[in-house]
Amino acid sequence: MMLSRRNFLFGASGVTGGIVLGSAKVLAQVAENSDQIPEITVWVAIKPDDTTLIRVARTDMGQGIFTALPMLVAEELECDWSKVRAEYADTNRNVTSGKPFGNMVTSTSISVRDSHEYLRRAGAQARSMLVAEAAARWRVPIEDCTAGNSLVSHRPSDRSFRFGELAMAAARRLVPENVALKAPDQWTLIGTKVRRHDALPKVVGAPIYASDVDLPNMLHAAVAACPALGGKQRRFDAGPVLRMPGVTHVVPVGDTAVAVVARSWWQAKKALDRLAVEWDEAPAQGSTTDAMQQQFREGLDADDIASGHAVGDVEAALSNAARLLEAEFEVPHLAHATMEPQTCTAHVTAGRADVWAPTQNGEGTTAVVAATLGLDPSRVFVHKLHPGGGFGRRGLAQDWARMSVQIARQVDRPVKMVWSREEDMTHDYYRPMVVARQTAGFDAEGKLIGWKVRLSGSSIAASLSPRWLRDGVDYALMDGFSEEDFPYACPAFQVACARRDTVVPVGFWRGVNLSQNGFFREAFVDEMAVMRGLGPLEFRRELLADNARALDVLDTCAERAGWGKAETGRYQGLAIVEGDHSWCAQVVEISLEQDAIRVHRVVCVVDPNFVVNPDITVAQMEGGIVQGLAAALYGRITVVDGRVQQRNFHDYPFLRMYEMPRIEVHLVPSLGKYGDQWGGIGETGLPPVAPALVNAVFAATGRRFRSLPLSLHDLGSEQ
Amino acid sequence: MASFVVNGTTVLVDVDPDTPLLWVLRDHLHLPGTRFGCGAALCGCCTVHVDGEARRSCLLPVGDIEGRSVTTIEGLGTDGLHPLQSAWLEVDVAQCGYCQSGQIMQAAALLKAIPQPTDQDIDDAMTGNLCRCGTYQRVRQAIKLAAFGSIDGVPR
Repeated sequence: MMLSRRNFLFGASGVTGGIVLGSAKVLAQVAENSDQIPEITVWVAIKPDDTTLIRVARTDMGQGIFTALPMLVAEELECDWSKVRAEYADTNRNVTSGKPFGNMVTSTSISVRDSHEYLRRAGAQARSMLVAEAAARWRVPIEDCTAGNSLVSHRPSDRSFRFGELAMAAARRLVPENVALKAPDQWTLIGTKVRRHDALPKVVGAPIYASDVDLPNMLHAAVAACPALGGKQRRFDAGPVLRMPGVTHVVPVGDTAVAVVARSWWQAKKALDRLAVEWDEAPAQGSTTDAMQQQFREGLDADDIASGHAVGDVEAALSNAARLLEAEFEVPHLAHATMEPQTCTAHVTAGRADVWAPTQNGEGTTAVVAATLGLDPSRVFVHKLHPGGGFGRRGLAQDWARMSVQIARQVDRPVKMVWSREEDMTHDYYRPMVVARQTAGFDAEGKLIGWKVRLSGSSIAASLSPRWLRDGVDYALMDGFSEEDFPYACPAFQVACARRDTVVPVGFWRGVNLSQNGFFREAFVDEMAVMRGLGPLEFRRELLADNARALDVLDTCAERAGWGKAETGRYQGLAIVEGDHSWCAQVVEISLEQDAIRVHRVVCVVDPNFVVNPDITVAQMEGGIVQGLAAALYGRITVVDGRVQQRNFHDYPFLRMYEMPRIEVHLVPSLGKYGDQWGGIGETGLPPVAPALVNAVFAATGRRFRSLPLSLHDLGSEQ
Repeated sequence: MASFVVNGTTVLVDVDPDTPLLWVLRDHLHLPGTRFGCGAALCGCCTVHVDGEARRSCLLPVGDIEGRSVTTIEGLGTDGLHPLQSAWLEVDVAQCGYCQSGQIMQAAALLKAIPQPTDQDIDDAMTGNLCRCGTYQRVRQAIKLAAFGSIDGVPR
């Protein structure tokens, strides 16, 4: 089975769309040459049989935008949804033709919230061209023509054209600048439950992932990078290994890694395990998690701490306080552990590179490949495939793409590189380790009068994109406490952060800095509530009194969860976090069974302002909650002399079926009531769950656990 | 050389007998629907049926299945989709989808052994299959839909 160099197509309508089922076998994942299909606008091409190709510039790693983004186009296009196919937009075309597809980055839950307007507009433009073509053929006023269900109709004469009949000529019309978009209450597709385009290929095992790429003459590569982060490869002895079955090449990968190339991956891996490599681990000597924690804690009082959002005079408020509360919090490094380990296939020929990549950022892959090979970006052809999980691992961090072409340039055939799970676990761009100290002051009546937050941790910008730093400060480290997203009313507030970068590379992990700051903030809010003499819900309501949107979400969540009414032996915890312009509140309900936490139920209420596909939105909340729970309960990456200690799913556990709580998601889109900004969905479900969990553990035990994961703590005896 | 049956067809493959079945399926037989996740039988992505039983193919030497019958996700449905695959579509279980071949193969072995599983049966059978996207709730619903005709397991 071979994948063409063309982009994939996935059908919307079951077996007819690109997947052929017959005699119990899936025969082929076909790729069509969409160049032959009339392109109405860059986003929409329509075949004579009305099949409607809608291009997707972002990447679907499970968050459903292969379905949601075409829904936005189709809403205005007025096509028959069953005829819609999604295909990835051509990255090379975007690079060489003035970015017709705009921003291809898939991060920060951005796909829908950033592109909904131009995609709806693209649909309206294409519809307008089809209608104009029909009106011209009939010589009737455009106003008398309507579009719907992939037809343009002229009611007065009861005539109609199929879109497919109009497409070729409509494609030659000028793309109109001004098109009116429907009001939300006119939507008929957006907001409805539509099954994912790519549901069928995923249940029949169709080859849709980058690790499924199968090209003629292709070889397979297994890689090993220096076991110590930041270390180098000094030398290796290829001789004995080259004589092993199937092995064709043993090559250096830059100055940090080595690859064995063979006729099958298993042959490559077996040989790699036998390869004698001398590593230079000196740069990582002394880089251990314990030492980093100490260094980070010292950052809390360091002179180089940089101020962020501030209200009033927090030092004065704290010194005038009748009572003070202070607490320190810590979160560890976390791995992405995407279900599909890092992989990429490359074929490098004279003056050209083709790369089959599970990339969250097609243009980012292009840039890295071009720079690595010294090619002009126009000579790089990135063929996007679905990543088997992303969570931020395959976006700005393009180490896997670089390594793939570093290998392939030394081999005159296509090479598929697949990392072992151990390689993947030990060479990630980890969620930053961060420590926090929060201090709150209360007046004699118990009212909160000052709140100071100090953070110390590693900067993603410093690791992956130093140009994002401002005077050396990574303001994103203070997300959740910033002017834009700190929700609580407090007369004096200040946040500051110290950047502490280590040998451990850090990157974007679902929820990014909110994944830790949401925990710090919402766990501390519960502690402050006790000082205030209010319950967690009442105290939040007091501090959010002027924020109607937050109160709506919070109150709805409390109501749906039966807040305060848990049955005997069950304990609840609450948190609310705004992320990527969506508000999300959660109540976690637990019990303790032999001093072990059993999570029974998570109630989640989310307001993303508008919802394109409700069922996919619910699924994203479910996924974020599970990932957040797993991290809070178990997730921890540690290093000793730069070597990551965790290697596979036995020592980096994830939530399993038997621990799965019941998750109840309620969507409460505010539909523009509080502004026009659409909210994101991919990450929003994650940040509230860790604090809601530890708050429930406090309800159950009376103990505050301020460092994650909870598996580090003995719930029964620790004070 | 190894000889066994895959999805009803006898195959002869020129590989070392210690080669895990997973890589024979993926690299030699061009059946990539069985996925590589961990290489250590910790995640279940590579689950196939050997003589009807769910097995992790990533640690199963092909030499150990000489003459035996292997079913992969590509061969699960005998005439179109298996009822579990249809249920999976109905519930829209998959997110990234990478683990789902293994989830479905594991669930198919469960339903063959226990046509009407309890929640405990589902926990016991499915706990070896990791899903990093967190689709477990829907996996459970889809199994119940296939087994009972409703996602909550109440027969309709």
